Amino acid sequence: MFENLDLTKLIFGRLTWDAIPFHDPIILGTFAVVALGGIALLAALTRYKLWGYLWNEWFTTIDHKKIGIMYIILGLVMLLRGFADAIMMRLHQAMAFGDSTGYLPPHHYDQIFTAHGVIMIFFVAMPLVTGIMNYLIPLQIGTRDVAFPFLNNFSFWMTTGGAVLMMMSLFIGEFAKTGWLAYPPLSGILQSPGVGVDYYIWALQIAGVGTLLSGVNLLVTIVKMRAPGMSLMKMPVFTWTSLCTNVLIVAAFPVLTAVLAMLSMDRYLDTAFFTNDLGGNAMMYVNLIWIWGHPEVYILILPVFGIFSEIVATYSRKPLFGYTSMVYATVVITVLSYLVWLHHFFTMGSGASVNSFFGITTMIISIPTGAKIFNWLFTMFRGRIKFDVPMLWTVGFMVTFVIGGMTGVLLAVPPVDFVLHNSLFLIAHFHNVIIGGVLFGLFAGITYWFPKATGYKLDEFWGKMSFWFWLIGFYFAFMPLYVLGLMGVTRRVSHFEDQSLQIWFQIAALGAFLIAIGIAAFIIQLVVSFLRRESLQDETGDPWDGRTLEWSTSSPPPPYNFAFTPRVHDLDAWWQMKQHGFQRPESGFIPIHMPKGTWAGIVLSGISVVVGFALIWHMWLLAGVSFVALIGTAIYHTFNYDRDYYIPAEEVERIEAERTRVLANV
Amino acid sequence: MSENTMTADVNSTQDGQLEFLVKGDHHPQNGTLLGFWIYLMSDCLIFAALFATYGVLGRSYAGGPTGMELFDLSLIAINTSLLLVSSITYGFAMLQMQANKVKGTMFWLAVTGMLGLGFLSLELYEFHHLIHVGAGPQTSGFWTAFFALVGTHGLHVFFGIVWLVTLLFQLKKHGLIPENKRRVFCLSMFWHFLDVVWVGVFTYVYLMGVLP
Repeated sequence: MFENLDLTKLIFGRLTWDAIPFHDPIILGTFAVVALGGIALLAALTRYKLWGYLWNEWFTTIDHKKIGIMYIILGLVMLLRGFADAIMMRLHQAMAFGDSTGYLPPHHYDQIFTAHGVIMIFFVAMPLVTGIMNYLIPLQIGTRDVAFPFLNNFSFWMTTGGAVLMMMSLFIGEFAKTGWLAYPPLSGILQSPGVGVDYYIWALQIAGVGTLLSGVNLLVTIVKMRAPGMSLMKMPVFTWTSLCTNVLIVAAFPVLTAVLAMLSMDRYLDTAFFTNDLGGNAMMYVNLIWIWGHPEVYILILPVFGIFSEIVATYSRKPLFGYTSMVYATVVITVLSYLVWLHHFFTMGSGASVNSFFGITTMIISIPTGAKIFNWLFTMFRGRIKFDVPMLWTVGFMVTFVIGGMTGVLLAVPPVDFVLHNSLFLIAHFHNVIIGGVLFGLFAGITYWFPKATGYKLDEFWGKMSFWFWLIGFYFAFMPLYVLGLMGVTRRVSHFEDQSLQIWFQIAALGAFLIAIGIAAFIIQLVVSFLRRESLQDETGDPWDGRTLEWSTSSPPPPYNFAFTPRVHDLDAWWQMKQHGFQRPESGFIPIHMPKGTWAGIVLSGISVVVGFALIWHMWLLAGVSFVALIGTAIYHTFNYDRDYYIPAEEVERIEAERTRVLANV
Repeated sequence: MSENTMTADVNSTQDGQLEFLVKGDHHPQNGTLLGFWIYLMSDCLIFAALFATYGVLGRSYAGGPTGMELFDLSLIAINTSLLLVSSITYGFAMLQMQANKVKGTMFWLAVTGMLGLGFLSLELYEFHHLIHVGAGPQTSGFWTAFFALVGTHGLHVFFGIVWLVTLLFQLKKHGLIPENKRRVFCLSMFWHFLDVVWVGVFTYVYLMGVLP
């Protein structure tokens, strides 16, 4: 009898039927919808025999363009989940006053705000930013792929693996109830004995491997693989900001890995890093995680600054104003982002001198950022501006981001922060910069480069609808939070007594619904554009009269990007080529050396998910076996030396001749 | 690489027109060594976080045993010499590789691996002994930080040995082809990096740990 019990425990750990939330109608309903949708999708894929195509052309691809697109799809899908969490919270807070307890039990509400934060940062913003960098950097610097093509595929699947664990927590067990950074001692084993924090840890650790490796990869790509003649100061601004972002990734994510590993040791091995007893120090966790966390916000915003710079120059039909100052501002922000982490917890009580140091460094960051805003304004000044959708997002960003930046400077003043710490004012501030900055920039970028990736433009009307609903919705959703924060309302509260606050929460909920319409308009835009792709087609490869090298290829670019490697003489290389009446070569093509696709990335990531799941549920047997399998598979993969091939010259010639034919018809 | 060297005549054609394409085949530089070096620096930051943690918790004994009472410097001295010598023997392997001698390379790699194993065994013996006398990772913040830092280094050495053995098989199978040379080079950087980290651990944890 006992032997039997132990065997069950050995195999299933603490996983029992109780882990499936049968008692919770909201989760069960969601599960039903997701399951039905999933089955329908799988059935459709089987029905139309798409598995082989997906596996060969997408899952195992090492083409940076396809990997970039997969990142973006991952980010957009997770945006829907993250936003579902957001609107549930808004609806709940608008209702939960006085006698009404709202519709979410507190333990569920706590999981939702944690999941919302984790998903939006790690599985929406990061994949979208990485996806755009992945797609564009090789095209902008005139090369054929990234430095480590297999690693690129592996990184994508590790990020996806983290997202898969994250989604599993919705239906099997629970997610953390600790807030998105899981501070101990709340996240310690005594206060959070369940699987929630373990899901958090392993989802982030697995995704973190992907992020770090993609950082190394893109960094080396930019340093080593630029087209001849492209010196650092002739790189497109987006490539520059990406370079700085990847430096930040490489220098910040290891700290996250280390601190999460320490937290897991506290939880699994009973060590005393962050405990209240035995000489542990919980504030050390807070320090370490923000040493990663503050650079992280610049990891998100810097590439987006680059996107805006490209867009402003293109749609104002002028070279970017102050390119050099833009580059230096980016580098200064990169360095300063490591010197401000303590402003997230002035209330720790580190004393006036420490707090003033971090307050001042924080305020100094607004100087290079302000310089950027002026650069964009001067680029627009006396330009011939076309207010296409990407430009609308850009202008919306400039207005919104300046407001968010100013409330940030306000929070940088330690005495003010003592009043506003952990209040809704803070929530309003960081949504102000992340939505108004990062998200607007990503939408601008997606709209701007969409024709490059797919060969057709996005529909204008639905793009504008999406923009206006997002913009107005944003102000409705977050301006009331500033007001509430100033009145002293703290974050992460699921029930209120003071009825006079309710109206503000109701306005915020209205804002969330406007944003929902904005998201719906974006999806409609994708569908409508796909249906109308014939009339929206971009045959030139250069629909916006662009300035950088990605616009010199066809839309979508051929697998090898460039039949001949470009030679660069100036900033805005493609613009200069057009000015000089550059003629595409139509003959003399040579075989092109390319990397081969591989199964290893998706398989390794799949095994990592199993390892993570087993560790979360204390299934020690499975954890051991799958970990050995993981290492074994990785070693087996290193015995594969056959990793490249040549695209024959005839194939290149055929693709280029087709392009010549298309261009002749334009 | 020569493609990257810019001269006036490749920039423009005879009639002064700018040349916008590289005629012929163009291969960017291989970035593996730079990439691996950057990876090592990120790994270095993991150690930095662990060192910082040790710095914060380094005197949090919670009434338990201290490092001064339990550290056995003579054992650590042997341990350290094993690792430092293994770096030298790896250097010999690199010299053999440059002379294109696959047998010699494999021999010195094997010696390096054995020294690494010796280091690991002594470390495990030390851990076992410490836990046995009541200084385990759960004892106090100090011992937690100690085991995390020293143990993470040990784990790196372990995976370094796994990699080394894998590489021996690959050298046997394919010889000193460029891919394998690159791998031997990367492992070399990894191995020396672990040595450098150990110098930090030795000084900061053990030598300073026995100070009153």
